[in-house]
Order: sequence, then structure tokens, then C-alpha cells
Amino acid sequence: MLESLTDRMTSALRNLRGVGKLSEENMADALKEVRTALLSADVHFKVARQFVEDVKAAATGQEVLKSVTPGQQIIKIINDELTKLLGEGSTALKDKKPLRIMMVGLHGAGKTTTSAKLAKRMAKNGYLPALIACDVYRPAAIDQLETLGQREEIPVYTDRDSKDVPKIGRQGLEWAKAQGRDLIIFDTAGRLQIDENLVQEIVKLKKEIQPDEILLVADSALGQEAVNVAQHFHDAVQLTGIVLTKLDGDARGGAALSMKAITNVPIKFMGTGEKIEEFDVFHPDRMAQRILGMGDVVSLVEKAQESIDQDEAQRLAEKMKKADFDLEDFLSQMRQIKKLGSLGGIMKMLPGAHGLEIGDEHEDQLKHTEAMILSMTPYERRNPQIINGSRRKRIAAGSGMDVRDLNQLLKQFGQMRKMMKSMKGSKGRKQMERMAKQMGGMPGMPGK
Amino acid sequence: MAMKSFLSRFNEGLKRTTPTFYKAFGKVGGVFSGKKLDQGSLDDLEEALYGADFGVETATEIMDEIQAAYKKDKSLRGQDAAVIGAAVLRRVLDGAEPPEDFLTGVNPDVICLIGVNGSGKTTTTAKLGWRFTDDGKGVTIGACDTFRAAANEQIKAWAERLDLDLISSHHGADSAAVAFDAWQAAKSRNREVLILDTAGRLHTKGNLMEELKKIRRVLQKNDPTAPHHSWLVVDGSIGSNSIEQARKFHESFGLTGLIITKLDGTSRGGALVGIYRELKLPIYFVGLGEQKEDLQPFSVDNYVNAIFGLGE
Repeated sequence: MLESLTDRMTSALRNLRGVGKLSEENMADALKEVRTALLSADVHFKVARQFVEDVKAAATGQEVLKSVTPGQQIIKIINDELTKLLGEGSTALKDKKPLRIMMVGLHGAGKTTTSAKLAKRMAKNGYLPALIACDVYRPAAIDQLETLGQREEIPVYTDRDSKDVPKIGRQGLEWAKAQGRDLIIFDTAGRLQIDENLVQEIVKLKKEIQPDEILLVADSALGQEAVNVAQHFHDAVQLTGIVLTKLDGDARGGAALSMKAITNVPIKFMGTGEKIEEFDVFHPDRMAQRILGMGDVVSLVEKAQESIDQDEAQRLAEKMKKADFDLEDFLSQMRQIKKLGSLGGIMKMLPGAHGLEIGDEHEDQLKHTEAMILSMTPYERRNPQIINGSRRKRIAAGSGMDVRDLNQLLKQFGQMRKMMKSMKGSKGRKQMERMAKQMGGMPGMPGK
Repeated sequence: MAMKSFLSRFNEGLKRTTPTFYKAFGKVGGVFSGKKLDQGSLDDLEEALYGADFGVETATEIMDEIQAAYKKDKSLRGQDAAVIGAAVLRRVLDGAEPPEDFLTGVNPDVICLIGVNGSGKTTTTAKLGWRFTDDGKGVTIGACDTFRAAANEQIKAWAERLDLDLISSHHGADSAAVAFDAWQAAKSRNREVLILDTAGRLHTKGNLMEELKKIRRVLQKNDPTAPHHSWLVVDGSIGSNSIEQARKFHESFGLTGLIITKLDGTSRGGALVGIYRELKLPIYFVGLGEQKEDLQPFSVDNYVNAIFGLGE
């Protein structure tokens, strides 16, 4: 069973955490693990080697040996190096209007979909986007862009009779300008970086349209090839950014690390799903933390802030503190969590939780629980203790579940309430503080 | 009779595409020359092996054997290392070629192509359809990708270009229903082969995997033995994640083979080694270019020789 980079790094570092003192010897072992982890995550051979060298150089100083918790120190060094490799800070597009963007990449990387996603996103930022269909090779590529454009109400320029891409680009540009559009995205055909004729085509297109941004769209699951791809495209048209796609898969994303390290072109965006809004700015620091098994906590927090009703959360927290939390509150809380996305998606972002597989059965369980609570009367939800045998039968039948399932739900809920009660009072508070302290000791955790 | 032509086509095709084939896989670096090995070239060799995307396991295995031989004989040359590497790779890929006569003889023999987004399913469907047709078989294609914008138009354009028989529906239609109709059509037209082109889906999406299972259930209402072949189409430039893709698709749909596409780049498609190592699924075809005849049967010897610059 192949583990993900996150898993492998975590286990490599866990071994390190176990030792009392950091010796050169045990660090060498861990670094070897890190190298293997990087290689099996598709990080380019040279990049992986350089990375391990950098970490070794940074770690074999006195700082590490003097430090109280060498494991944490190492994590920090690796985290810093990773962040450095991925590029510091987030990266924005040029702030100018009109903004011309040319999309390039291999076949099947996701250029057309990404073009539409980018247009939609920039429209939210006040741009008036237009799409220019420059893929004259793949059958129905123009149709695909047109369909996406129609769906999102973005005008699309097409010329089905011409194979002259630079000319299409020039005319598309004029057309878009005449329409008062200030964000013009050119969707080009997929091409191999070694196909000289086709590469020359985008070189000519570039000359013709003078783009402000040239984005390489790359599948995050790319193998060692990623380096060649990025380098060749960069040499030919001087990329200004990389867009990573299909990050909703479980690819380890080593390719991102390699492309960034070799070309030093910033990764600007990432595609995180098939829906048009599943597209986000790339955050190198978060990616580094995810690689280190610290989870994408920051993203989760931000996502939670976006989708959770603050007042409601406050009210629930109060009730929890007072331990008069009823099934009605439970339902409300469950729905808040659901707004964050699928359970699997949330778990992926949590530190230490990447080993947990959240399958459909868990999602189903959530649905079943919701159905059972919804089959109760509001009075029953507020006073679960009154739910007797005949009520149980009715609720189970109403939700299409077994009485057994309902019994389990009520039992678990009872235990939860008991736990909340035990947290009440000074003893409980101390316990909470202790827990918080332990969590705060982790590097990279929010609130520290 | 069926496979005789397939085999001759293979040799013919290979002759035609040998330059491409070589360009496709390339030689692993320039390190397998007549020069004596030293520490520097051993390093280069290791880099080249990793660069081929074989995965850590296979790369380590090859490296270990070369190192062991080098320890015994310091005058080992690059070429000798290539022979050792080829032997290991051949051993790892033992059994990776599909049976010569893989069509079941059931009419229609249903081939289901599945894979992640952008792996090249639609293009492969078209090329495969052309290949069978050229081989004298009656082929129907079912356009089961009802999700991606303009996927229908893409397969339609191919079907027109190659004169293939196509059953399709509208965007957003139930893909299982298309599969059902396509089977009915293929049956009534007495076709030997039905190729189903499905929508791209990431292996991590449970609901989309369910949709695949539904296609199977619905097909089996027509023919309980269908689909006779479930091939995963894998982009050859993808790294180790392709193993995960294959594993998940295999778990939920039960694959019977693989097609590796886009091997005409500089990618050496080493991930196929990893997948085979893990799942022992035969590799039916490799995609070596954009032309209709660029889908070629997979041959272990050709692959291994091309990788290590051996053979003719």
C-alpha cells in the first residue's frame, strides 16, 4: 500500500519524535525517509536531493541540538524549506485592465475548464471577462468552451473556419475590446512541450496578443515529466504562473514542488473540483503544512468562517457550556458542519486525520441521523428523555431506520451530554486548558 | 482469424511507428553507453531510473542489482547495466501482455473505458473503434459521457471523421441509459464490439463511482456477462498517483486491463510498471500519438528495449 506524502512524512517524523536527542545518525535515517517520501510523491529526483541537502544543512546546526524538542525543530525546518520551495506568500495576477491571459499546457490538463473557472472568479472581482477559443485541433473543444461560456454568461469568441491561431487571437482580442471587455482569456490547444510546430504556434500567438499573464495549466498528478513540461513551456513563452488542477484527487502534488523549484514560476491557482466555483488561489504555506501532515487548518478555519453562521455558532457554544444541549441544537450543529462540504473533504484538512478514510457510509450515517431527528416532534427533540418505546417505534418508522439505530443515536447523545456536564465547573475548565496547551505547542497551529 | 490480423497489425504498426516508439520512451538518459561505470554515472543512472516514473520500488530493485554487479566487477559498462535493468524490468512486467485473442466471441463484446478526467478516454474510444473496424469487425460506440460540456460533440466529430457507428444522447442524460440503448442498438445491428466511452471521474468521488456501477448493473440486464472488458485509461505522464487511481477503480468497478495514453511525449510511462506491479492487470494498448493508428498493442519486449536502448 502506497502512502501519501503526508503519511510518509508523518511516519518519518514520528520516528524522530520518539527519540530523546537528535543524533546525526537518527536524523540521517529520517532524512532518508523524507527523500523516499518525496520521490514516491513524484517530486523530481534532483529537487528531492536538493531539498534533503537543504534540510540537513539547516538542521545540523547547534540550534537543533540545543533545542528541547528536536522533533518539532526538524518539522519547522522542513516546513520552512518546503514553503520556500513552493514560494512564499500567495501570488496575485497583474493588477491592470484590460488584462490578457494566455492558457497553455498538455492535453487533458484542464485548460478549457480552468479558463472558464478563472473568468468566473475574476468576474467576481469586478472584471468583465471574455473567452477566446484558440483550440482548433481537439474535436469539439470550441463547443466545450462555448457551452461553458453560455452556462456562465461569459461571451466567447470563436472562428470555426480558421486554423490560423494567431489570427484568431488577434481578431478575438479586437472583438473583446470592442465589447468593452477588460479580462480576455485565450484558451489554447493541448500540446506536447516537445512538439516544436505546436509550440511555435503559441509563441506566435503570444507575439500577436501580447498577454500580461501566461499560465501553465498542469495536472497535479503529473510524474517526473512535470519538470520537462514546465521548463520547456517556460523557455518557449516565459510563463508568469502555474495553475494546478485536479487537486480534489489524492495526488501527492510532488509535481507542484518540482515545477516550482526548477522554473521558479509561482503557482497562482488551484482547481479543486469539477464545479465552476471549485477554484482557489494557491497558498504555498498551506500546501507545505499539508505535506507535513499538519493539515490545512488555515483553510478549514477560513472555510468555516465563510459558511458558518457566527451567531448560531455562538449560541450553540453557550448551550454546550451550560450543558443544556438538546437534539434540536445537535441538528443545527450537524447542518453547519455539512455546509463546510463533504466529511471526507473536511477530514483531509484536519491535522493527523489524513489516515482516516471517510467513505460514503459515514456520509450516509450523517444523513440517517438527520432523518431520525427530523422524524421527532420538536418537543421530543428538546426533551429526548421522554422518547419511550412507542415513540421510538414511530420515529424509526418515520425515518426508515431500525429502532436499534435510534437507540444508538440516543445513547450516544446521552453520553455527549454527560461529557459536556463534566466539562462544566472549574475542574472541567482546567482539563480544557490543558488540552488547549498541548495543541498550542504544535508549530504552525493557528492561535499560537 | 480474429487475432491473426491483430498480430500482423502489431508488427506492421510497430515497424511504422518504431521511430516514434523510440522517441516516446527514449533511452534512459545517455548513461547506458559503452563507458565503464563509476560513482558519478551510477548517480546519473539512479536519477534516470527515477525520472522514468517506475516508482521507488522498481527503481530501487534495478539499482540494487546493478550495484551488486558493480561490486563484483568494477569494469562493468553502461551497456551491461542496461542489460541488468532490462532483465529486472522484464521480470517485473512478466505477464503484462494481454491474451492474444481477448474478444470473448459474445456479440456484442462490451468494452468499457473508464478513467480520470483528461486521461484520453474519448480519443482512445475513437482510435479503438477504428482499429476494430479496420480489422473487419462491426463496431458500435456508446457516448456515455453525458457530463462534460461538449463531450458528445467531441465523440461525434471523431465518429464522423472515422465513419463509426455512434449511439449518443443529450448533455445531462443518464449515462447508464445510453449504455443500455447502445447495447440494444449494437445487438440489433449484430455488431461484434460495443465500446462505451464514459465520463472522466476522479477515483476519490464516491458518487461518481456509483454511477459506474449503475452502468454495469443496467448493462447486465441485457447481458449478464457484460461488460466483458473494463479498461482503465491512464495518462502516461501521470506519476505514482496512477497506481492509486487504478487501485480505486479496480476496487469499485473490477478492471480487466489498462490502456496507457500520451506516451509520445518525453514521459516514459513508467507508472505502468507500478500499476502492473501492484494490480497485475494486463496492458492492452499504448497511445503513441494523435493519429488514429497511433494506438498500438503493448509489448513488454518493445517497451523494455526502448527504455534501455537495447534491441535493434
